[in-house]
Amino acid sequence: MEISALIDRFGLLAIGLVAFAVILMALYGLAELASRRDRSRAVAFVFLAPAVLFLAVGLVYPAVRTVVMSFFNKDGSEFVGFDNYAWAVSDPDALQILLNTALWIVIVPMVSTALGLVYAVLIDGRRGERVYKALVFLPMGISFVGASIIWKFMYQYKGSGEQIGLLNQVMIWFGAEPVNWLNEHPGNNFLLMVVLVWIEVGFSTVVLSAALKGVPTEIVEAARIDGAKPSEIFWHVTVPSIRSAIVVVAVTVFIATLKLFDIVRAMTQGHHGTDVLAHNMVEQAFRLYNDGRGATMAVVLFLLVVPVVIYQVRNMRRQEQEAR
Amino acid sequence: MSTDVQTPEPVARIGETRGQRLRRVLSSRAASVVALVIAALWTIPTFGLFVSSFRPEDDIRTSGWWNFFADPGSFTLETYNYVLYSDSQGGGLIVNLVNTVVITIIGVVVPVAFAAMAAYALSWIEFRGRNLLYVGIFALQVVPLQMALIPLLAFFSKGLHIGDFTIMPAWQLDGVNTIVQVWVAHSIFGLPLAIFLLHNFMRELPGDVMEAARIDGASHSQIFRKVVLPLVTPALASIGIFQFLWVWNDFLVGRTFAPGEATRPLTAVLGDMAGTWGFGWTRLPAAGFIAIIVPLVVFLLLQRYFVRGLLAGSVKG
Repeated sequence: MEISALIDRFGLLAIGLVAFAVILMALYGLAELASRRDRSRAVAFVFLAPAVLFLAVGLVYPAVRTVVMSFFNKDGSEFVGFDNYAWAVSDPDALQILLNTALWIVIVPMVSTALGLVYAVLIDGRRGERVYKALVFLPMGISFVGASIIWKFMYQYKGSGEQIGLLNQVMIWFGAEPVNWLNEHPGNNFLLMVVLVWIEVGFSTVVLSAALKGVPTEIVEAARIDGAKPSEIFWHVTVPSIRSAIVVVAVTVFIATLKLFDIVRAMTQGHHGTDVLAHNMVEQAFRLYNDGRGATMAVVLFLLVVPVVIYQVRNMRRQEQEAR
Repeated sequence: MSTDVQTPEPVARIGETRGQRLRRVLSSRAASVVALVIAALWTIPTFGLFVSSFRPEDDIRTSGWWNFFADPGSFTLETYNYVLYSDSQGGGLIVNLVNTVVITIIGVVVPVAFAAMAAYALSWIEFRGRNLLYVGIFALQVVPLQMALIPLLAFFSKGLHIGDFTIMPAWQLDGVNTIVQVWVAHSIFGLPLAIFLLHNFMRELPGDVMEAARIDGASHSQIFRKVVLPLVTPALASIGIFQFLWVWNDFLVGRTFAPGEATRPLTAVLGDMAGTWGFGWTRLPAAGFIAIIVPLVVFLLLQRYFVRGLLAGSVKG
């Protein structure tokens, strides 16, 4: 291994940075020119041009293209109507994928939000709250791939000899037989979900803990004086007060779950009945070279996100109106 | 829950915080235990990988990481050396680490800069169709990047044509240069969220300051550079960290747009290594830790900004 192998990469970086600096300066020059003549439309155009160009070429056009492709066969040479969609809702493998995805998007947001809420309440105001929070928040900085590696070692199974995965060692300590966790369908799906929950609880805790700090003490106090039980206070005072934060957390985790590719790829590659939409989309398009089906999976993914985002936007708008 | 939940609550003491009270509501001792268990569950797996990365490969293969404490003498940095610099199979990941660095620097700077410009125009320059454009960009957050993969890849390899008319010829990048495709892809995919967050921050800035600067004869680009950018520096930091974590930790974009083994970012290599779990899996703890440690340190040091961005983006009001 020699350093020389790395030089071209840094050269590329230098070129990239210089090119970017030149583009920025050119844009500022243009904006300055337009500003002097007091043409705010032109200034706006210069400021928006790079972002709009990127989004048009890299997101809008491809999204439209993907929708079109979903009505064509694997190499795009023949129009097939709704055949790909028919495949997606009738083929046993595809159905397994849809079922898995459904499980993921129900379970992961629910468990992540609930655990985050419980943990946030438990540590709220406790000595060392920041340390508690940091420990659970830590996985947020770890990549999905990193987390998958971490958990793959936790789940590891050996047919003979000493177990090296902690989970199987715990099984042995409790006198049970070790299990080949990741090959056991349908349980393996839930073990994969654990990895995502492990990452998302940190997010959920931080956001909900911040929301908890905003609950007025007077209300909790009043409820207590009226003789409300602790569980009643939790369900009828605390939860409604931070309801919007709970919804935001659940929706954010929901969207992340739906787009999940990495964990499935790094844990099982979708084998043993663990495939999900976002992972299968890549499989179809880049391993099986079936652009039509890959595009169809992407469109289904998109259709599943849309209603949730509309709901969230409505929610946000209502909050803004209430705030006024 | 333990029994003291049932006993009547003592009257709230003066000076007691809401958190202390709520904790009493949930019964202190049980709460402590649960909180500790959760904290432990969230830490032990990472700790296990960390310990494994310092064990000889034979040890990793034959015994669990907890055995390390029985024989700490087996500590070794050999695996780190191998995965980073060895010319043999599964080694030489320093190249991929450098790829990650090169990809991340541009993949953060470009979208944040372009997003800042766009967000300024969308919040402080008056022009017709502004709201419509903002709503359009906002809505793009919905489009999963999976929707863009196949056509964007075709865009790089075949160019852009309408009928026989060529708008842009094929890029035909190969080798190290495929990294350019990753730069562009990350810049595009990072824009909608960055514009949305920065727009939120910029709109909150006091209008009188802008007005005063305008009256003093400052142009839009001067206001942007000298007034707005300094004021939104914390926001830029939050978004920069978001984008940094996203790009450094990304798997899908890297492996799609820089497909060669030598041009892939580190995370993409590790993702497939972990997936196949073939030859050399004993080196995954060390290799994984190299990929994990940089974002983790950045994340811990700049957590404050990250949390601020998180709250600004998700919890409004």
